Amino acid sequence: MTDSRPIHSVVLVKQVPDTHNVTGDVMTKDGTMNRNALPAIFNPEDLNALEMALEIKDRFGGTVTVITMGPPKAANILRESLFRGADKVILLTDRKFAGADTLATSVVLQKAVQKLGQFDLVLCGRQAIDGDTAQVGPQTAEKLGIPQITYAESIIDIADGKITAQRALDSGSEIVRCTLPCLLTVVGSANTPRPASVRRQMARKLSATPNEYAALRTQWPEFETDEQLEAYLVANDLKIAVWTADDIGATEGSIGLAGSPTQVHKINFVVLESTESKTISPTPEAIAAMVAELVHEYIVG
Amino acid sequence: MTEQKQIWVFIEHTDGKIADVSLELTGKARELGDQLGHEVVGILCGHNVDDLAQEVIQHGADRVILADDPELALYRTLPYARVAIAEARARKPEIFLIGGTPNGRDFAPRVASALRCGLTADCTDLQIGDYYVKKEDKTYKDLLFQIRPAFGGNLIATIVNPHTRPQMATVREGVMRKPAADAARKGVVEKIAPAFEPGDFALEVLSRQVRKSTVKLKDAAVIVSGGAGVATAEEFALLRDLANLLGGEVGASRAAVDAGMIDRAHQVGQTGTTVRPRLYIAAGISGAIQHRAGMDQSSKIIAINTDPNAPMFQIAHYRIIGDVGEVLPMIIKTLRERSLGASDVADSTERDAE
Repeated sequence: MTDSRPIHSVVLVKQVPDTHNVTGDVMTKDGTMNRNALPAIFNPEDLNALEMALEIKDRFGGTVTVITMGPPKAANILRESLFRGADKVILLTDRKFAGADTLATSVVLQKAVQKLGQFDLVLCGRQAIDGDTAQVGPQTAEKLGIPQITYAESIIDIADGKITAQRALDSGSEIVRCTLPCLLTVVGSANTPRPASVRRQMARKLSATPNEYAALRTQWPEFETDEQLEAYLVANDLKIAVWTADDIGATEGSIGLAGSPTQVHKINFVVLESTESKTISPTPEAIAAMVAELVHEYIVG
Repeated sequence: MTEQKQIWVFIEHTDGKIADVSLELTGKARELGDQLGHEVVGILCGHNVDDLAQEVIQHGADRVILADDPELALYRTLPYARVAIAEARARKPEIFLIGGTPNGRDFAPRVASALRCGLTADCTDLQIGDYYVKKEDKTYKDLLFQIRPAFGGNLIATIVNPHTRPQMATVREGVMRKPAADAARKGVVEKIAPAFEPGDFALEVLSRQVRKSTVKLKDAAVIVSGGAGVATAEEFALLRDLANLLGGEVGASRAAVDAGMIDRAHQVGQTGTTVRPRLYIAAGISGAIQHRAGMDQSSKIIAINTDPNAPMFQIAHYRIIGDVGEVLPMIIKTLRERSLGASDVADSTERDAE
C-alpha cells in the first residue's frame, strides 16, 4: 500500500494580450501597435496548469494557490481562478517588477513561492502566448532548487513523496518519476479546463485587491469607506492579497528591468496587410519576387 | 583552459543519433566562430557516444567536451545541467546555442538561471554586431544579436545581453542550414568526469515512447496544405518537398483527406486542427468556411488555384491563379536557389540598413 497525502499546489499564471487574435485594428499601417485594442486574457496553458492542480486536489486532497505577477488589472485572472476552484490567490504587483525578462520574473516568482512556505508542487503553463519562451518555469524551478518536469501532459500518480507524470515531446512521450517538491510546466493537450462554477462565481465575485476598492464601492454604495469594505471582504475571505517587492524581500537589482540580462536592441514591426492582397502571375520571375518579399519580412528565412 | 574564446553548442541526441538542430547550430557556430576568431565547442553528454563526438567535429566544431557517464545515457535536466553549468563556470564561453526542442527548452533556461545570464528563445536569426548603451555611453563590441519574432509573431525583436556571459539562445530545427560533413576535419575530444550531487537524480525516466510519424500542425510556423486541386500523388509529394524546405508541416483540406491523399492527422479546419502559422500555403484548396475557420489567423496566406473565384482568394495575401503542379515547382526552385547562399549577403545588408 502506498502512502498518499494531501497535495499543496501553487499555480503560476499570467495575464497576456490575446496575440492569437491580432487583427488589422491592432497593427496600424505605419507599423505601430495599438495594445489597447487587444483583449487581456488568461494565458491558455496556464489554465491547463490550473486545471491539472484542481484535478490533483480532487484526487488527493490539498489546496490550490494561484499567484500572478502583473499590473493591478491582472487581478481579473485571479478572480477567474477563484471561480474555477482555486482556494487562495495572490497578486504580485509593483512598479519595480516592470520591464522584467524571464530571469527577473523568475526571481519574483521564486521569492513569492518561498514566502508562501510549504508546497508540494508548483505548476505553470508550458509557455505564455505573448513571448512563447517556455523559460520562466524552469528558471523558477532552478531558483527554488527543485527538480522540474516540463511538457507535462498527465499525472499518473502521486505517492510516497514522488510524482509520476507523462511528458509530451515532439518525438513521442516519456514517463518520469520525480521526488516532491517539484515544478511542472503543463502543455495545452493535458486537459480541458473546467469552466467557472456559477456557485463559486456568486460566492467570490466581490473578491478584490485594495486597488479595486474605490471601483467596487461605486457598485456597492452601502460601503461608505474603504475601511468598511475591507472589513467586510476580510471577514468573508474575499480580500485578494497583494504583495510588493518589499513584501517578498526582492532586492531591486535582481528584479524588473535592472535584473534583466537581456535587453531589446530594436524592434521591427511586421505590418499586417490582411485587407491587401496581391495577385502574383504564375511565372518564375513573379514567384521569385514574392519569395524575396517573404524573406524580407522574416516570414520565411 | 584555453585562451581562445569559445562558442558552445549543446549536442542533443536520441538513440545514437544527433538531432539535426544540433548539427545545424554547429554549422552556425562555425560561421560565427570564423567571424569572431572563436573556438567552436560541442557540449556532449551521454554514454558510449564517442562516435557522435567525431560527427560534431565533422560538422564544424574545433573541440568536443564529452561527459560520458551511465547517468547521462538519457537526457535528464539536472545531470545534464550540472555538467554544462560546471563547465561554463570554468571556461566562460561567450555564446551558448541550444536547439529549440522540448528537451533543449527544458535544459537552456535551467542553465541560464544558474549562470544568471540572458537567454533568448526560438531565434530565427543570429548575427554579430555592436550595441551602444546610452546610459553608460559605452559601445559593446561583437555582441550576439538574437533575432526572434515576438508578440505572437507580430513583431521582430533583436535581443542582446551586453553584461552577462554566455549569451544564450535557442533556435528551432530547420531555421539554420545543416552543413555537409567534412570527414577530413580534425578536432579535439576532451573527456571530462562529471561531479554529480545526490539531488541530481531526483528524477528517473521510467519509459520512453518514440512516435514514428509526428504531425505538429498546431505549432508549425509554416504549413503547406493541399486540397482537391492537388490531383496526383506526385503533386502531393511537391507539398512535402516545399514544407521540408521551409521547415514546416504538410496540411490538408478535408477533400484531400477524404480522397485518401493523406492521413487525417494532417487535416486543417474546424474538424481538424486549428492553426496559426506565420505562413500558410493553400495549394488547390477552394476554401470552404470550415477550412478557412481553421487557418484564417495565419500571418501570411498564399493561395494557389486555377479557379479565380475560389473563396480562399478572399483571405489570401498572395493570389496565384495557376496550376499547383506548375506553381509549386517554381517556389521550390526559387527557395533552393536562395539556399545556395548567393543572395544571403545582400539580404543581411538590407536588414541592417533598416
